[in-house]
Amino acid sequence: MAILIDERTRVVVQGITGNQGRFHARLMVEYGTRVVAGVSPGKGGTEVDGIPVYDTVQEAVDRHGASATVIFVPAPFARDACLEALDAGLGVVVAITEGIPVHDAMEIMTFAQARNAVVVGPNTFGLIAPGKCKLGIMPARAYAPGPVGVVARSGTLSYEIAAALTQAGIGQSTVVGLGGDRVVGLTFVDVLRRFEADPGTAAVVMVGEIGGTAEEEAAEFIKGMSRPVVAYLAGRSAPPGKRMGHAGAIIERGRGTFESKVRALTEAGTLVARLPWEITELVRQSLAKAHGSKASRGPAAP
Amino acid sequence: MKLYEYLAKQAFAEAGIPVPPGRVVTTAEEAALVCREVGPVALKAQVLAGGRGKAGGIAFADWPHEAEARVAAMLGKTIHGHRVDRVLVEKKLTVQAELYLGIAVEGAARKPVVIASNQGGVNIEEVPEKAIVRRLVDPLWGFRPYRAREVARRLGLTGREAGQVADVLHRLWGVFRRYDAELTEINPLVLTPEGPVAADGRLNVDDYALFRHPELPVVEEGSELERRARAMGLAYVQLDGDIAVMANGAGITMATLDILQELGGRPANFLDAGGGAGVEPMTRAMEMLLEQKPRVVLVNIFGGITRCDDVARAVVAARQNCGTEVPLVIRLVGTNEAEGLAILRENGLDAYTAMQEAAARAVALAGGPR
Repeated sequence: MAILIDERTRVVVQGITGNQGRFHARLMVEYGTRVVAGVSPGKGGTEVDGIPVYDTVQEAVDRHGASATVIFVPAPFARDACLEALDAGLGVVVAITEGIPVHDAMEIMTFAQARNAVVVGPNTFGLIAPGKCKLGIMPARAYAPGPVGVVARSGTLSYEIAAALTQAGIGQSTVVGLGGDRVVGLTFVDVLRRFEADPGTAAVVMVGEIGGTAEEEAAEFIKGMSRPVVAYLAGRSAPPGKRMGHAGAIIERGRGTFESKVRALTEAGTLVARLPWEITELVRQSLAKAHGSKASRGPAAP
Repeated sequence: MKLYEYLAKQAFAEAGIPVPPGRVVTTAEEAALVCREVGPVALKAQVLAGGRGKAGGIAFADWPHEAEARVAAMLGKTIHGHRVDRVLVEKKLTVQAELYLGIAVEGAARKPVVIASNQGGVNIEEVPEKAIVRRLVDPLWGFRPYRAREVARRLGLTGREAGQVADVLHRLWGVFRRYDAELTEINPLVLTPEGPVAADGRLNVDDYALFRHPELPVVEEGSELERRARAMGLAYVQLDGDIAVMANGAGITMATLDILQELGGRPANFLDAGGGAGVEPMTRAMEMLLEQKPRVVLVNIFGGITRCDDVARAVVAARQNCGTEVPLVIRLVGTNEAEGLAILRENGLDAYTAMQEAAARAVALAGGPR
């Protein structure tokens, strides 16, 4: 099992005629993702690698019954692309685009809430259910199917962590990138709640960073979770008031510090890795413990 | 991008929010002129630093010669590392009460939040929560006048004054939207016998939205190096150590700095060359690092979208262009790893695959842990 997507997910790629869209649409298809259509206003009627291209999302949905979209549209046009996808009824909108104005992001998220849809990103690598479906730009060989859910704010750091798990023989149920911006569609809590309910997930790795309060809110939720959570947080050495690459990674007015996040997570019973390469071992221990306690109560996780 | 106070007030004035009469000056003589026109004045250094009052950035003058002398003393002075080039000279207000009005992006709620208090004039963080009114706003529906009236009532205002403050707050929402603000605030909004006046203000514009605001002057923040990096489209933050760092992606770059610190090293910078960066931008990024003459450069790349051969080419090119002897420690794994390693070896360089080994080596080359 996976969360949000699976092997049946029918996917539209918006901005498929651009460099990035074309390149990653191809890689997604190679991975086995069911990319049913592309959308690129003004390019309707053409094809990209055999994928039919339409002018509007609605047309792609009408003809192919799509349920998710991956958006590579440049930032100035991304709000319209996201609203179009939501209006056409797509339930999962993955916004890869970096640099979407925060006011646009707030409008997108408000509309998504009204439509009961999930927005992943913006400024995300996407999400992947290893072996089933890849919606995004992550390097496929870092992943393998398995019982660990991963949720991260950062792309490359999560690739590194997933690859280390994979190399140690620990696969992943789903890996979700929340995105590095200040306003993103999913919170850690949204994803943790889904992992907690997913029979295919036995443990969770959470990769956070300084800035905002999402990790602190996650800690509150983790207190009530049965699945063990291992966390790693980036930005311990970051000076306050400086934006560390991500728009959201900034300690402002004393909020969003590394210490406050570690404290909250530790109090919630989360194992917090001090160095990234400690994560794999902590996950192994958590899985062994979860397996042990489950075995005594009932059937083990798959 | 943070705008100077005088630019924020221009935006307020355009939106119909009353601001004190006066203008920004660059010479002491102009300050005397403004004082002659409007009477007793407040003199405010235009720097993007908090706490300027305590650092001598705010003064008052009753007479033109006094204004001239005070502004002469202020110009050219440095406040928290910022040189004073401009001073805002404004009519001194008769204060009856001071309010706080602000609108910010609330990331957790994914919505704008209106914040108001009848305890203005101090940092809003220092105001007790029970004296603060907060209202989330649906960005698609907007902040309607009736909600501004409701906030004014919650502040304990009545009658004509309540109406005037509600009007200012509603107009402030217009500024927030018009300028793609991350934060805009009036602090304090001074209640005077003639009505409310925005005595001080902030307007921070979302960097991502600057393409929609070509009319705004560019307000540069940070060190010269940070500005240069920004012009190159790189995320760069200057730190005070001696190990220069280049990595790809914000998270892995932050983690690299943390690891160096954990091992007793001192990172010189944060430099995110970006996931999927090409040879050219990475070369320029490397050159910038080498020019700073750090004791060692650590390159930490997990190539997903970024290709290891591109990284290797960039490193080699930058080294040749700079003709430098600064030792390089490279950690390179991922897409096209073998090609990347081959390029490095042809040029007498090598790379690690484990992040911890590379980081430890960099710390050792910089003189060991301290």
